[in-house]
Amino acid sequence: MPDVKMIVNGKPVSGSVEGRTLLVEFIRNNLHLTGTHVGCDTSQCGACAIHVDGKLVKACTMFALEANNREVATIEGQANNDGSLNFIQQAFKDHHGLQCGFCTPGMVMATADLLKTNSKPTEHEIRDHLEGNICRCTGYHNIVKAILAASGQDVSRIAAE
Amino acid sequence: MYNFEFKQPKTVSEALSALVNDEAQLLGGGQTLIPTMKQRLASPSTLVSLTAIEEMKGICLNDDGSISIGGGTTHADVAANSNIFSGLITLAKNIGDAAVRNRGTIGGSLANNDPAACYPAAALSTGAVIITNNREISADDFFRGMFETALEEGEIILSVRFPVPSLSSYQKFIQPASRFAIVGVFLSNFENEIRIAITGAAEEGVYRWREAEVALNANFSEGSLNDLLVEPEGMIGDIHASSEYRAHLVKVMTKRAVKNAS
Ligand SMILES: Cc1cc2nc3c(=O)[nH]c(=O)nc-3n(C[C@H](O)[C@H](O)[C@H](O)COP(=O)(O)OP(=O)(O)OC[C@H]3O[C@@H](n4cnc5c(N)ncnc54)[C@H](O)[C@@H]3O)c2cc1C
Ligand code: FES
Ligand code: FES
Repeated sequence: MPDVKMIVNGKPVSGSVEGRTLLVEFIRNNLHLTGTHVGCDTSQCGACAIHVDGKLVKACTMFALEANNREVATIEGQANNDGSLNFIQQAFKDHHGLQCGFCTPGMVMATADLLKTNSKPTEHEIRDHLEGNICRCTGYHNIVKAILAASGQDVSRIAAE
Repeated sequence: MYNFEFKQPKTVSEALSALVNDEAQLLGGGQTLIPTMKQRLASPSTLVSLTAIEEMKGICLNDDGSISIGGGTTHADVAANSNIFSGLITLAKNIGDAAVRNRGTIGGSLANNDPAACYPAAALSTGAVIITNNREISADDFFRGMFETALEEGEIILSVRFPVPSLSSYQKFIQPASRFAIVGVFLSNFENEIRIAITGAAEEGVYRWREAEVALNANFSEGSLNDLLVEPEGMIGDIHASSEYRAHLVKVMTKRAVKNAS
C-alpha cells in the first residue's frame, strides 16, 4: 500500500493507505481523531469539513493520498493552547449553537474559514458560507447568532430561539 | 468503493501516459466522481489526478480580449478573479458551497455535463471553445445530451477560452438540497448577437433557447419574451419540479437574466 504523510494540527503523521482511502477515513481510523464526522455519502452535509492547506474542504470527498505532504487542520486542533475552547467554540456554547453536536465540528471549521477572510460577516454572508453544512437540530438560528457573537457583533437584540 | 491505483502526475504528458491503462479515469476535484465511486457507479482501476498539474491552472486574458481558464482551475479561483465578466463570476460563486468550490474544477464540470450543472450554460451561451490535448471543440459541438460530450476516451480538457460578452447574467433557480440548478439561464449579449443557454431544464441537457435569442436580438427587453411559449415536452420532471414547472421557470429566469444583465 502507498505511504502518505502530512502535518495534522501541527504534528507530522504518516501511514499506509489504499488508493480508495478517503481523507476522513485516514483521519478517523488511522489517526483516531474522531471529531471529524461522516454524516452522508453524497458530499452534502459538511460534518466532515476540515482545512487542507488553509482551505475548507470536505474530508469525505478527497482521497488521503491527495493530502500527501499537505497541512491539515481538524477540530481537535482548534482549542486554545491551554485546552480551553477557542472563541468560536465558546460562542457556540454560550449561544446554544448546538444540540446533539454532530454537525458542530464541521460548523466550527466552516466558521473559522469564514472569519479568516471576513472578520465581521453579515447574517446573509454567514448563511451563505454555511450552505454546505447541514444541521438537523438547531434550525440554524443559534448557529448564526453564535457566529455573529464570535465575530464581536451585538446579538443582545436577537431572540433566543 | 472499489479500490484503484492512484497516480498524481505533474505534467499533462505524464498524465496522458498514465491514461493508457484501459480502465484509467481522470480525477479533477473529485466533487462529482468521488460520490459516484462511493455508489459504485464508477469503478476505475487507475485514477489519474490532475490536481498537481500547474500548467492546467489559472486564468489569463488573451490578446484578442477573450479569457482562458485552465481546466484544473477551481470554482473558488474563478469566483475570486475580478477580470472575469459578471455572469461567470456569479455562476462560480454560486456553485454548491464553499468547500465544493475549493476543490471542484471547470474541466471536471464540463466533462461531466450534468444536466443541472452551471458551467455548461456559460460555455454554450458565450460560445466558448474547449481546448483538449488534441483539438479545439466549440461549445456548440461539445455538449451531446445528458452526461454526454464530444470528449474521446482519455481526452483531457486543458483549458476553456471564453469570448467576453459586453453584458452577461446567470440566473439560477436553486434546488436547495443538492444546490444544483432546477433551471439555470445564462445570457450573453455581444455587440451584434445575444445567446441564451438553459441548464437544469431539458432531458437533453444544456441547450440554446433560439426563439428567445431571436426575440431579444430584435428587442432586448423582458417584454419581448412575453409571447414565447415554452413547452413542457422534453423537460425534466422529478420530485423537485414537474416538467410544466421547469418550462415555466425557463421564461421567468430568462426575463430575470435580461433584467439583471451587466
Ligand atoms: C454538494 C455539491 C453541490 C454541487 N453543486 C453544484 C452546482 O450548484 N452547480 C454545478 O455546476 N455543480 C455543482 N456540483 C458539482 C461540482 O461543480 C463538481 O466540482 C463538478 O461537477 C465536477 O468537477 P470536479 O473537478 O470535481 O470533477 P471530478 O468529480 O473529479 O470529475 C468529474 C468527471 O470529469 C472528468 N474530468 C475531470 N477533470 C477533467 C478534465 N480536465 N478533462 C477531462 N475530463 C475530466 C472525470 O474523469 C469525471 O468523469 C456540486 C457538487 C457537490 C458535491
Ligand atoms: S460526510 Fe457529508 S459531506 Fe462529508
Ligand atoms: S446540533 Fe445536531 S445536527 Fe446540528
